[in-house]
Amino acid sequence: MRSDYLLSQLDVLESESIHIMREVAAEFERPALLFSGGKDSIVMLALAEKAFRPANIPFPVMHIDTGHNFPEVIDFRDRRAAELGVRLIVASVQESIDSGRAVEETGRWVSRNRLQTVTLLDAIEEQRFDALFGGARRDEEKARAKERVFSFRDEFGQWDPKNQRPELWNLYNARIKRGEHIRVFPLSNWTELDIWDYIERENLEIPSIYYAHERLVFERDGILLADNEYLTRTEDEQPFMATVRYRTVGDMTITGAVVSGATTVAEVITEVAATRITERGATRADDRTSEAAMEDRKREGYF
Amino acid sequence: MDILRFATAGSVDDGKSTLIGRLLFDSKAIFEDQLASVERTSRDRGEEGTNLALLTDGLRAEREQGITIDVAYRYFATPRRKFIIADTPGHIQYTRNMVTGASTADLAIILVDARNGLTEQSRRHAFLTTLLRVPHLVLAVNKMDLVGYDQQVFEEICEEFSKFATKLEVQDLTFIPISALNGDNVVDRSANMPWYDGPSLLHHLEHLHIASDRNLIDVRFPVQYVIRPHASSDPELHDYRGYAGQVAGGVLKPGDEVLHMPSGFSTRIKKIELAGKEVEEAFPPMSVTLLLDDDVDISRGDLICRPNNRPAAAQDIEGMVCWMSADRPLAPRSRLVVKHTTRTVKAIVTDLHYRIDVNTLHRDETATQLGLNEIGRVRMRLTQPVFADPYSRNRLTGGMILIDEASNTTVGTVMITDAR
Ligand SMILES: Nc1nc2c(ncn2[C@@H]2O[C@H](COP(=O)(O)OP(=O)(O)OP(=O)(O)O)[C@@H](O)[C@H]2O)c(=O)[nH]1
Ligand SMILES: [Mg+2]
Repeated sequence: MRSDYLLSQLDVLESESIHIMREVAAEFERPALLFSGGKDSIVMLALAEKAFRPANIPFPVMHIDTGHNFPEVIDFRDRRAAELGVRLIVASVQESIDSGRAVEETGRWVSRNRLQTVTLLDAIEEQRFDALFGGARRDEEKARAKERVFSFRDEFGQWDPKNQRPELWNLYNARIKRGEHIRVFPLSNWTELDIWDYIERENLEIPSIYYAHERLVFERDGILLADNEYLTRTEDEQPFMATVRYRTVGDMTITGAVVSGATTVAEVITEVAATRITERGATRADDRTSEAAMEDRKREGYF
Repeated sequence: MDILRFATAGSVDDGKSTLIGRLLFDSKAIFEDQLASVERTSRDRGEEGTNLALLTDGLRAEREQGITIDVAYRYFATPRRKFIIADTPGHIQYTRNMVTGASTADLAIILVDARNGLTEQSRRHAFLTTLLRVPHLVLAVNKMDLVGYDQQVFEEICEEFSKFATKLEVQDLTFIPISALNGDNVVDRSANMPWYDGPSLLHHLEHLHIASDRNLIDVRFPVQYVIRPHASSDPELHDYRGYAGQVAGGVLKPGDEVLHMPSGFSTRIKKIELAGKEVEEAFPPMSVTLLLDDDVDISRGDLICRPNNRPAAAQDIEGMVCWMSADRPLAPRSRLVVKHTTRTVKAIVTDLHYRIDVNTLHRDETATQLGLNEIGRVRMRLTQPVFADPYSRNRLTGGMILIDEASNTTVGTVMITDAR
């Protein structure tokens, strides 16, 4: 029996996230959950399932598909959505490019990362979504560390970090005008380690690339990239086999792998607990362009 | 492991962000790439050493201006506890962001620059933390290195603060002399101040007892969402009606007799579910689903409590307001939208009793309005009742936010003193 009425940190975080999700379901007309098939969105989806049980999740999930994703992750995405019986909306960056809404970048880091914003904002407008759940955590990055749980976006999808709404206790202001929307971050207070601890505790399935596997990789600017059809290697970038796993899951063009032998959640947790580098620092080329890369992207309407 | 949430407070440049940087750095909670990035930025800006404040001051504008603008949340854990830190801005213009960070804190560290002593802004923040009823306060006298680690300076500031604090409702107060820049008494006890025999700041944060800060007596369950599976074919779920919400007070158990507000109808708890699984009890801050014995018409915004212990169903609210809008003042006849627990109603300000001078805590009864960042006591009339307690009894059923109907922004906050 509990006599001290204390909750573990995971229980506190879970309860806070569920509260946030129910608040959105109650206050918005057309919410959706951004689901990439990555570990954070997997946890977020698991929490959504819990929040409304035994009813179905009362909103669709949406993936912004860059076309440069890991195939393992896309498979996982489709399977998970089917299992849960949720409606999966896929908005394609390729289609944005084909229709002339977005222009493919060129250069060494041919990333579609930034283009996702165009596709995302178009999809929000088209689907008339008024709230979108994102799996971002404040511990990921210094601009994210500043963002509210209910983060207001104007009619252009922009975030104004200097003018955020006050947010007190567990009271979230959900009021918006037509054309505006709110990005909601139920995992705001979770750390990378909390996510892994939760995956272990809840026995959540995650895409195989999060565990150590053999892969043909090459090194660019200190990042281990999967040898893939979307990137052109230079002569010194010779591919080699390595045992790696992924700490984050983004595009194949910008997401680096880490050398690892961790094949179970417990082993991953041991590694994460001992690591001295942040997950984005270790693996994301998109944040290396400038000190304020994330803030700038977020202002434009990025996740 | 439990979680302690704490916030920094105090005047601009008193060293709040530096302290958080130091705390993270000395407790080895900084990652190599974060440190490298901060070192690079410090060097590029031509600063002497590594500016640890850059660990939290992450926005472009903050780095340009060298001040904190909005709350930064940081996380770290020691073997004893997980910490959620809200590093808040000291600049008066951003008081609303400080209030945001402090509203959920179990503890606030109020920093004071040892050279300057208490400023108006230190008093404003100290007052706000007590108004928000942050249960534990630490007064950290910072920059002790700049006053030769002088015990007398420390004691004078403590005395000045104690005098000010007698006019506030402070529940727990600790004084610690520190140097955020050099790390004295932050993680380890400092050799520079042998005259100080208290704990280091981190030691204090790790050992503080917070379990008894919650209200486990008054059962308060604001109904947030009604779960009704649309599964007419499944006989088990056909009649399922779950009332979902986050427990705001008290302990609920299956079999307990409960009362529904506003109807006044009593029934019993049939079952409590947490994420679809049955649990034996629910208490704050658990998000659960209640199933009741009788079919009562219950919807979002209602409240479940015990028959002999109810909050007021109040349409007249007395409370302390912190006004957070530069675009319009708060004055008698102001019309606003109020969000209280899961209920949103309209309100009109019927009276402004006084405005508080944060320096002297003097009540100015001639005040006719509250401007940006001003604090005062008001009376409001609501279009519909809310189920409220005094804020001193329960932070969740005693707090509300004020929303401007035209712009939709949050323009103020109310700590209820009396609801009827
Ligand atoms: N000598 C000395 N300088 C300090 C100490 N703590 C902070 N500083 C300096 O004081 C200045 C302001 O520090 P910040 O940490 O940015 O102050 P702040 O309280 O976070 O300011 P705002 O967030 O803008 O309100 C910086 O130049 C720091 O290096 C200290 O203990 N000793
Ligand atoms: Mg600061």
